[in-house]
Amino acid sequence: MATSVDSSALSFYIHIPYCIKRCGYCDFNTYTPAELKDEATLADVSQGYIDLLIEEISMARAASNATFVPTIFFGGGTPSLMEPEDLGRVIAAIEKNFGLADDVEITMEANPDSLTLERLAGYRAAGINRLSIGMQSAATHVLKVLDRTHNPENISKVVTWAHQVGFKEISLDLIYGTPGETLADWEQSLDAALALDITHISAYALIVENGTKLAAQVKRGDVVIPDDDETADKYLLADNKMRAAGFDWYEVSNWSKSDSPCRHNVAYWQGANWWGAGPGAHSHIAGRRWWNVKHPTAYRERIEKSESPMQEEEILSEAERSREEIMLLIRLATGLPRTGLDARQAGIVASYIESSDVDPAAWSQGALVLTQQGRLIADRIVRELVV
Amino acid sequence: MPAIPLAKAPQPSQTNPAQIRNFCIIAHIDHGKSTLADRMLGITEVVEQRNMRAQYLDRMDIERERGITIKSQAVRLPWRSGIDGQEYILNMIDTPGHVDFSYEVSRSLAACEGAVLLVDCAQGIEAQTLANLYLAMENNLTIIPVLNKIDLPAAQPEKFAQELAKLIGCEPEDCLRVSGKTGAGVEELLDQIVKQIPAPVGDPQAPARALIFDSVYDSYRGVVTYVRVVDGHLSTRDQIQMFSTGVRHEMLEVGVISPEPVPSKGLGVGEVGYLITGVKDVRQSRVGDTVTNYQRPTDKALAGYKDPRPMVFSGLFPLDGAEYPMLREALDKLQLNDAALVYEPENSAALGFGFRCGFLGLLHMEIVRERLEREAGLALISTAPNVVYRVTDDVGNEMVVTNPSEFPDGKIMKVEEPIVRATVLAPSEFIGAIMELCQQRRGTLLGMDYLSEDRVEIRYTLPLAEIVFDFFDQLKSRTRGYASLDYEPIGEAEGDLVKVDILLQSEKVDAFSAIVHRDKAYSYGVMMTTKLRELIPRQQFEIPIQAAIGSRIIARESIRAIRKDVLAKCYGGDISRKRKLLEKQKEGKKRMKMVGRVEVPQEAFIAALTTDDEKSKEAKK
Repeated sequence: MATSVDSSALSFYIHIPYCIKRCGYCDFNTYTPAELKDEATLADVSQGYIDLLIEEISMARAASNATFVPTIFFGGGTPSLMEPEDLGRVIAAIEKNFGLADDVEITMEANPDSLTLERLAGYRAAGINRLSIGMQSAATHVLKVLDRTHNPENISKVVTWAHQVGFKEISLDLIYGTPGETLADWEQSLDAALALDITHISAYALIVENGTKLAAQVKRGDVVIPDDDETADKYLLADNKMRAAGFDWYEVSNWSKSDSPCRHNVAYWQGANWWGAGPGAHSHIAGRRWWNVKHPTAYRERIEKSESPMQEEEILSEAERSREEIMLLIRLATGLPRTGLDARQAGIVASYIESSDVDPAAWSQGALVLTQQGRLIADRIVRELVV
Repeated sequence: MPAIPLAKAPQPSQTNPAQIRNFCIIAHIDHGKSTLADRMLGITEVVEQRNMRAQYLDRMDIERERGITIKSQAVRLPWRSGIDGQEYILNMIDTPGHVDFSYEVSRSLAACEGAVLLVDCAQGIEAQTLANLYLAMENNLTIIPVLNKIDLPAAQPEKFAQELAKLIGCEPEDCLRVSGKTGAGVEELLDQIVKQIPAPVGDPQAPARALIFDSVYDSYRGVVTYVRVVDGHLSTRDQIQMFSTGVRHEMLEVGVISPEPVPSKGLGVGEVGYLITGVKDVRQSRVGDTVTNYQRPTDKALAGYKDPRPMVFSGLFPLDGAEYPMLREALDKLQLNDAALVYEPENSAALGFGFRCGFLGLLHMEIVRERLEREAGLALISTAPNVVYRVTDDVGNEMVVTNPSEFPDGKIMKVEEPIVRATVLAPSEFIGAIMELCQQRRGTLLGMDYLSEDRVEIRYTLPLAEIVFDFFDQLKSRTRGYASLDYEPIGEAEGDLVKVDILLQSEKVDAFSAIVHRDKAYSYGVMMTTKLRELIPRQQFEIPIQAAIGSRIIARESIRAIRKDVLAKCYGGDISRKRKLLEKQKEGKKRMKMVGRVEVPQEAFIAALTTDDEKSKEAKK
């Protein structure tokens, strides 16, 4: 894999560490204004943040020999809380330092609550050309358990506005396996999403992360996480419905219409080089991974002193890189090249072909590609291959 | 002052047998034997007040903690009788109190002329005490009935005096009343021991004969052998010979316990003491054997010698296969002090390398396992205990099976199993519950007697295998802890027994095979398959779990193939985290044992081999 990576390309992940409210299931590195400073507004706490990002981008310039940027991803937090002009400044800084590919993909994650027609027009004008909207569910009671505040009907409004202002690539994020969600609820969410004019869907089984409000509720027994079999059924339902609607899976949790995968995310899975800017953001260049200090204040201090915001790094050994490659490529529809596997590993693959978890046709053509059933146990297969 | 300073007391090797009284104390656990023994040590002043500690004579940690005696002890107590004012030597021989060690008990009793029957007067006599009492009576010992703990508010000395009087045929007034705790009545008891128990009788001129009633391995001194001289004399100048083996030993040291070892010139008729010969293994100095003089040997051994015969077998395996050599070493060491322990290497497909071990009974098994874990620091897994079966195939070949996995697969003519005569003592309100349990366990009622108005003795014959399988726990729970149990082997009987195998994906798991009665095969099969379904995690394939007799499946369950094992998200920051998780899971994988292509976590083996009772016991700890 390392050989196939284009070392002249560098993708950018831009972290926006702010939310108006923290959702109960979320363990991302994000903060509400009040968490950062008593009685502060978003404007107070985010003031000057864009300048810090621009400063880190120039640090990236000094540290990298990349010659162009194929993708940019604004994630968070809630990037759509930032003013369009501010995100435009970040894009401009990247363009100035590295140059953008002609077909650059610039994605912004968006909370439907924070979008208006005007703001959407602004983001589009700033250069963003792909939207990833946090829909999560069409069922109000499920959204409530997730602590999401938006009205499910807003989703279709936002999608319509996005088209009006010229967005062609629109993705919806969905979550299944939330406590209290029935199979019918999930089907309703899928139907609602598929009824919209979109090009991409990410559907994630809910993960109960340690330290979240949801984890505490589960521990207390206030809510019950549905069992894995039911969640597996929901995955099958999603995959079947999406395929019927013309969306093909290209990664375990991602489906797209032809030629609309999220190229930024594919870069992660293919081991490409990327720079993550902002507090807690991870970066990867040629087998070296590092991550920034986590807290926005610590991040600000580092940048203001012109110091690297890096907190820690790891240089991967050959063995670690090979394990990562298996772990990541196995998630993709393009699969894991058979050439990288030894006889022991091939034996394991054979047993998973027998249990219908690995596609025999793809294997005979040189790639380990998981079947629908196999995708659901991808981690188990990886463990057997690398352990 | 009835105590005599040691230096002025009659000396070992020169004590007139007429001045000697040899006695033991028969009592149930908790009935206060150790406290009474402590009190005797104090009153006779062989232990100074400042050196006194509780359970002075119990040497092993396990003995102190469990309040039981595993090894015997013999203490020489000088005493001036308050009745005739004469000097006497009392040898108190402490005996083990558990059914597993009844042979050792019988040898201790054979070394005495009398026994103190000690009964807690708040609880009454228990089955094992009764069994030992009968043993003492068979040995023609003089019995002194004693009610202990008269200081307790719940004491009912009248009631239990009646019970004892009825059992041994005396008057209730003959029962002495003491309190080991306060010391009340203990001096009188010592005087009565002198008065009632006959002095030993032997021929001082005859070739030496001494009974070994215990032998203990000491890492500094080698084997210390406890003996009671019957005839003749043993002295430090002698060479001695073990009658059963004919092996000659040098006598390095002779002495008495008072209560620390005190070397002496020798031991004469009726005396009790110890020998050290430099032997390193208790199997060369066996309980029940006769010690004689090598130059002038006796031609007549003392009666009653038996080789210890293991009754219960179980596989012991180290949790960590790398500890196998340590387990062997620990067993070798333990065997130096435990002539009844037998073992041979066993290789289990499921559990790896270990040892098939034979024990006298369940307590013996528990103690061995506990000592291995405690003294050698080993983590062990043991298979369910089983008894010894005699299997005859259809062409008449007979084989002895101590391991279910050796049970022949072909046609079988008959299977014989050990049978015991069990005695249960309990309040009469539990008769129904006890009989129901014994019936369920293939018991045959032999008889029932009332010990007093509301206490009964119930006698059954039962297959030992049924007792080995959680009988005692069941008995205790059905009688709210009031019943006591004793049993003794009485032979073998044919049983309709079959081997039940447990198969995981058609592979036999040897550690789970069991020999059970045909009527219980089904419930055993269902229990194990259900348990395993819960314990084994779901895997790549559906895993059928079957219980089978031969090729006939009697119960089945299945573990469905796993359907979901994937984290939905794997983006930039997740990658390092996930790779590190993989490294960790690598470690977890080492603790899996493969049965065919099924991964079975070690915890599943442990849990499946543990009975529910044991689990609840663990929980209580």
